[in-house]
Amino acid sequence: MEPVIRVENLVKRHAGRGFGRRAPGFTAVDSVSFSILPGTTLALVGESGSGKSSLALCLACLERVTAGQIWFEGRDLAALEEKELRAVRPKLQLVFQDPANSLNPRWAVGKIVAEPLLVQARIAKRERDARAAQVLERVGLSAEYLERRPQELSGGQRQRVAIARALILEPKLLILDEVLSALDCSIQAQIANLLVELQRTYGLAYLFVTHDLRMAAHLADEIAVMSRGKIVEQGAAEKILRHARCEETKSLLGAASLAPEAIAAVRER
Amino acid sequence: MTRFLVRRLAHAAFLLLGVSLLAFLFSTLAPGNYFDEMRLNPQISAERLSALRAEYQVDRPMAVRYARWASALLHGDLGFSFAYNTPVAPLLWTRARNTLLLTGTATVLVWILALPLGVWSAERLGRPADVALSWATAVLLIIPDLTLALGLLVLAVRSEWLPTGGMVSVGFDGFSAAHKIRDVALHMVLPVTVLVAAALPVLLRHVRAAVAEALEVPFLRAAEGHGISRRRLLYRYALAAAAHPLIALFGFSLGTLLSGSLLVEVVMSWPGLGPFLLEAILARDLYVVIGGVLLSTLFLVTGNFVADLLLYWADPRIRSEAAGR
Amino acid sequence: MNQILEVRDLRVAYGGRDGGVWYALNGVSFGVGAGEILGVLGESGSGKSTLAATLLRLLPANGRIAGGQILLEAADVVQMDAERLRSVRGRRVSIVFQEPSLALHPTIRIGEQVGEVLHAHGTLSKRERGERARGILAKVFSGDIERIFSSYPHELSGGQQQRALIAQAIACEPVVVVADEPTASLDPTTQREILTLFQTLRDQFGIAFIFITHNPALLAGFADRVLVLYAGKVAEVGPTHAVLSSPQHPYTQALLKCVPQVAAGEALRHKALLPVIGGSAPSLAILSRGCVFEPRCEERMEMCQTQEPAAAMLGNRHEVSCLKFPA
Repeated sequence: MEPVIRVENLVKRHAGRGFGRRAPGFTAVDSVSFSILPGTTLALVGESGSGKSSLALCLACLERVTAGQIWFEGRDLAALEEKELRAVRPKLQLVFQDPANSLNPRWAVGKIVAEPLLVQARIAKRERDARAAQVLERVGLSAEYLERRPQELSGGQRQRVAIARALILEPKLLILDEVLSALDCSIQAQIANLLVELQRTYGLAYLFVTHDLRMAAHLADEIAVMSRGKIVEQGAAEKILRHARCEETKSLLGAASLAPEAIAAVRER
Repeated sequence: MTRFLVRRLAHAAFLLLGVSLLAFLFSTLAPGNYFDEMRLNPQISAERLSALRAEYQVDRPMAVRYARWASALLHGDLGFSFAYNTPVAPLLWTRARNTLLLTGTATVLVWILALPLGVWSAERLGRPADVALSWATAVLLIIPDLTLALGLLVLAVRSEWLPTGGMVSVGFDGFSAAHKIRDVALHMVLPVTVLVAAALPVLLRHVRAAVAEALEVPFLRAAEGHGISRRRLLYRYALAAAAHPLIALFGFSLGTLLSGSLLVEVVMSWPGLGPFLLEAILARDLYVVIGGVLLSTLFLVTGNFVADLLLYWADPRIRSEAAGR
Repeated sequence: MNQILEVRDLRVAYGGRDGGVWYALNGVSFGVGAGEILGVLGESGSGKSTLAATLLRLLPANGRIAGGQILLEAADVVQMDAERLRSVRGRRVSIVFQEPSLALHPTIRIGEQVGEVLHAHGTLSKRERGERARGILAKVFSGDIERIFSSYPHELSGGQQQRALIAQAIACEPVVVVADEPTASLDPTTQREILTLFQTLRDQFGIAFIFITHNPALLAGFADRVLVLYAGKVAEVGPTHAVLSSPQHPYTQALLKCVPQVAAGEALRHKALLPVIGGSAPSLAILSRGCVFEPRCEERMEMCQTQEPAAAMLGNRHEVSCLKFPA
């Protein structure tokens, strides 16, 4: 099967600050390669500063890459002009960690969700509202939410709205940047289920960026562990979880293992 | 640090240059000059007039005059007053000194009042005491300065408690030193009161808003949780947290030292820059006007510069940023 | 165990702008022993942050304690006057807040901020305070104490900032430290380091911790006991292994099932739907009769709608507030 997206030797270097450009540049992403098949999830796991969020921004075409290629629908996004990118962006949607910051507090949910349509093409208002209601239903919110404002919603509902907005343009790939991190456990489970169901129904591909190896193992087919801009370990979720080789992975595993493994250990006592 | 200083200084110098050019341009573009007024005077002959015009070089092109004036300025020479027939600098300086005496005293008083009152008010935000103070400052704010000044003058004349104009009494030169100080101080009471009353409501509201905002930040709550005393929370933590707006305001206070009291000086006949510049403008005494404008701008620029330095000193984040550049 | 903090029937009310009142805490009781780590587990809306603030009486202006007692070393914090309260805060009980980058003063050096806490509770000279502050920093940092001492918060990493906050909290050797989601904004590895630090401080200085979190994963292997808070009430409290591995309250059971299981030996239930808790957290403005969890509970019984559950002791200090267990 043809991958939805294929990244080859991607490099993102931030220039040093200041006039003379004397400060040395900082390499956020260092020759990273991977691909994602339709209907599958790649989890990008790492601590903050590992470069995973920079990579997400590059893939969403919100930041230009320094070197390397991003192959999507037969074209190299890294080589496209800004004008051409505008036509591609709808198919690659990014959802952020904190929906409270990424949703316009003055807009009603219906308008927020339909906004991408407004930017993309001339579609009649009635058509936009119908599409917004439809896509809200897909994320489990009834049409009565159309008129609500973000601050009237709970954290989980806001994240649903953010996902609905990403879905309205019928993307092929969703880039999910720490979308569960700010949520309570019971809400995390709800949103995780929503992601699983959406993937089953629509064959979406996900890049799931997180520092939570446990959730990554649950949601992803494949896991890539990032550290200092490089992918240090990559493979099937099961394999990474049971037979981690790198120190970074073990450290993340250790952090996750304060959880159920530890509970299991207690259970044996 | 040096980089930061050099940049700020260059910025200030650039601003001064621009203002001097504009002041020069506008005052020469205005119709008429000092000698046009003289022409109406039948006692001055046409020959005498043209000799004067040649002497003061008013007929030369503007660029030439600006160049001459600017190069003289670099040597501390602000030009020559047509009306007083003496160099401008010493004239301006005596007047500026009188103005600074007035505004300096008023500024110190305003800050001494506004800081504790603002903190006090912010601490009681929305409670009756704060609301009452807000109303009081609002009333003070809507009374025009002129009305206030005239009202106080009337009061002083009726009651004869205070001198009602000028800076010194008749026979000042014969007074003893202590008597001299007392005399000037008495003369200052009215104008300083007007200045303080005019500036206090604005400053108080800014201090109150800045401190109230600072009181809301999480680290104040954390400090309260550590048992830091109320006093220290307000005057060390909250004031330091409100440093940005307060320092900017302080810079502005410094900047308006020369230009903030023009109206009051004119009304109360205080021998400061105000009446002097008014007179010079009416008489088209070109170099006095330009000198006055330049001096006021210098204060504004210096005020901003001092504020920048204070911010640099007060906020380590700005220091880090400057060092990172 | 010697109880150093005992909370009895604590009720906290917030007033809304519309004049409405809701109870964020509604009859919460528990105790903390000397040197004990009590994990408080709750989701948003459970009242866990209100609990943290209330223990030091740091409630926002629209909140008030509507009833109950907070007995800190037998003295009731609720009844203390302002000066008494100030002298207790930071000296006998102190707090570590969630967002370390916001909880430190941005323009005061770390050493000085620790010194301020000493200054608030003692008569040391400035020099002595500096020495003491270095000593305190040495308890929570390893490595270059001098550098930390003279740093400003923005020069430190998130983990270091949190350590600095902890240094402030333990400066006057309190008997109990309340930590409100202290690791929520940190990386997993740093998170674990901070937890280890808490344990070390407990072992070395006998400080008790009330560790508030929404993440059950953090509590296993860390807390001595776990208290589960739901809608302003204690659902369940008991030894950590009992609560986490054999939870008895239906809410705790449902909550723990939400966490994906990746335990060794179990096959990865990959992309399986996770069990969720139906419905949503109750509005605290409506004082319901009966059990607060009843509308979402899978084991609800008829009496749950009308009868309020009382804490039932299941032995081994494991208490559950559910009508399944008669008190």
